[in-house]
Amino acid sequence: MSELTRETLTINMGPQHPSTHGVLRLVLELSGETIVSCKPVIGYLHTGIEKEMETRTYHQNIALTDRIEYLASYFEEMAYCLAVEKLLGLEVPRRAQYIRVILCELNRIASHLVWLGTSALDLNASSVMMYAFAHREEYQEMSEIVSGQRMMPGYFRIGGVQWDLPEEFFPRVRKFIDELPRRLDEYEALLTDNPIWRDRHIGISSLSREQALAYGVTGPVLRASGVNWDLRKAIPYSSYEDFTFEVPVGANGDAFDRYTVRMAEMRESGRILRQALDGLPEGPYITSDRKVALPPRPELVRSMEAVIHQFKLVSEGIHPPKGEVYAAVESPRGEKGYFIVSDGSNKPVRVRVRAPSFSNLAALPVMVQGEMLADVVVAIASIDIVLGDVDR
Amino acid sequence: MAGVEETDLQRNVLTTTVDRMLAWARRSSVWPAQFGLACCAIEMISTAAARFDIARFGSEVMRASPRQADLMIVAGRVSQKMAPVLRHIHDQMLEPKWVIAMGDCASCGGVYNNYALVQGVDKIVPVDVYIAGCPPRPEALLYGIIKLQEKIDEQGRQGTRTA
Repeated sequence: MSELTRETLTINMGPQHPSTHGVLRLVLELSGETIVSCKPVIGYLHTGIEKEMETRTYHQNIALTDRIEYLASYFEEMAYCLAVEKLLGLEVPRRAQYIRVILCELNRIASHLVWLGTSALDLNASSVMMYAFAHREEYQEMSEIVSGQRMMPGYFRIGGVQWDLPEEFFPRVRKFIDELPRRLDEYEALLTDNPIWRDRHIGISSLSREQALAYGVTGPVLRASGVNWDLRKAIPYSSYEDFTFEVPVGANGDAFDRYTVRMAEMRESGRILRQALDGLPEGPYITSDRKVALPPRPELVRSMEAVIHQFKLVSEGIHPPKGEVYAAVESPRGEKGYFIVSDGSNKPVRVRVRAPSFSNLAALPVMVQGEMLADVVVAIASIDIVLGDVDR
Repeated sequence: MAGVEETDLQRNVLTTTVDRMLAWARRSSVWPAQFGLACCAIEMISTAAARFDIARFGSEVMRASPRQADLMIVAGRVSQKMAPVLRHIHDQMLEPKWVIAMGDCASCGGVYNNYALVQGVDKIVPVDVYIAGCPPRPEALLYGIIKLQEKIDEQGRQGTRTA
């Protein structure tokens, strides 16, 4: 009998599974229903984007960055553009910085809404999923008004943004942030005091402060473990120092804290949005450096120099100086960074993406060790991975 | 009296072929497999959510088990590592079954022409409808499903079976 109880069972979860949030595969070793070990197997969505970037010019690569962490495309573009701008030593106009902040914070809310909807759906709270996705549609519409695309905007440019924010964007975004607190209250009313939600989240998949730091976990998962680390505060970029906002921090590092941290983050994003809209400076939306940004249309008919610049930029693209650079932003999942090596040509020699989902996923085995099989679903949902970001 | 009986018959009896009736039943409830790969999967979820409501076209029942599904929506890029898994899932689905290649990556590899991706999912499974877009809008996916329904209807009219 004792022989029997000591035997473990190895089961396979994924890559096609409704609650792995993508093509993640887990090899789980079970003793009864308790998890003895968990091994994530990744690479099912490996796209070779980093390699692909070496064959394209700096501007063309913006389109590829969108498709890495596809729920947070604006952050990808932001991190990539910041890295290239750092390489060029380029100053971005303040209006462009604010526009970037507005779109990124909208994107953060939308990304957290997908997390909320899908993690609620995993626990069969399908009405929350319907509400969250209907709410997210408003962001999609705004993104379409601004960039022309619902999901893959390609709106940021090296040195600024593609064009100015259109007029019809402002009333929509005002309405969105005015309604945001009420909507979030509604979601919290459905979930926070729900006994099923509490039972399935409190004390589940805990990660201590030390473990979180040891595994290089970032973003809401790290903050839920009680570490006050947010790149927007720690290393401000794109004028984040102009805005007052709180960094929500948890105490226990369990799935419930990750939920409260993300809900609070959405409210803070609403605050930042309001400040950025009120204080949106006048001025150009893209740098006037003709070696980086296209000259405005009217200049082309008057100046031969502008025509030459246009031709050079379109046919060759920009030539950043030789060197290595790293720039990071606080994406909805954590530190999203780009490391770029340039040899002075119009294409990067190497691009390496620091993916928050990848590091956060590495901590999953520690989180679920010794817990029940059913809680793996909650654990995966609570770290909010995007497989495109893990595998690239 | 005979005339009355005739109109009664016309009102109450439909004549059709078994193939057409089967096709009508099949196309009215195409159940997709709950199987997302990448970015397109998010638009697929949006299609199933409140705004677009895929239920209007009878396809709201997303089954997590391929054995209960009729339609595989390949939503996203298919990597070399994923290809055998995808084929395995397709093999597990029961006949008749259909495949929609959603988005550019599934249709032809999209912007990625490299070592990692299968250049179009039609290299490993037979595709019925291709939907362009990166990612396609939910309306595009719905249009694709409507096109598939027309195709199933047509197969019923011609008496051909789906292979």
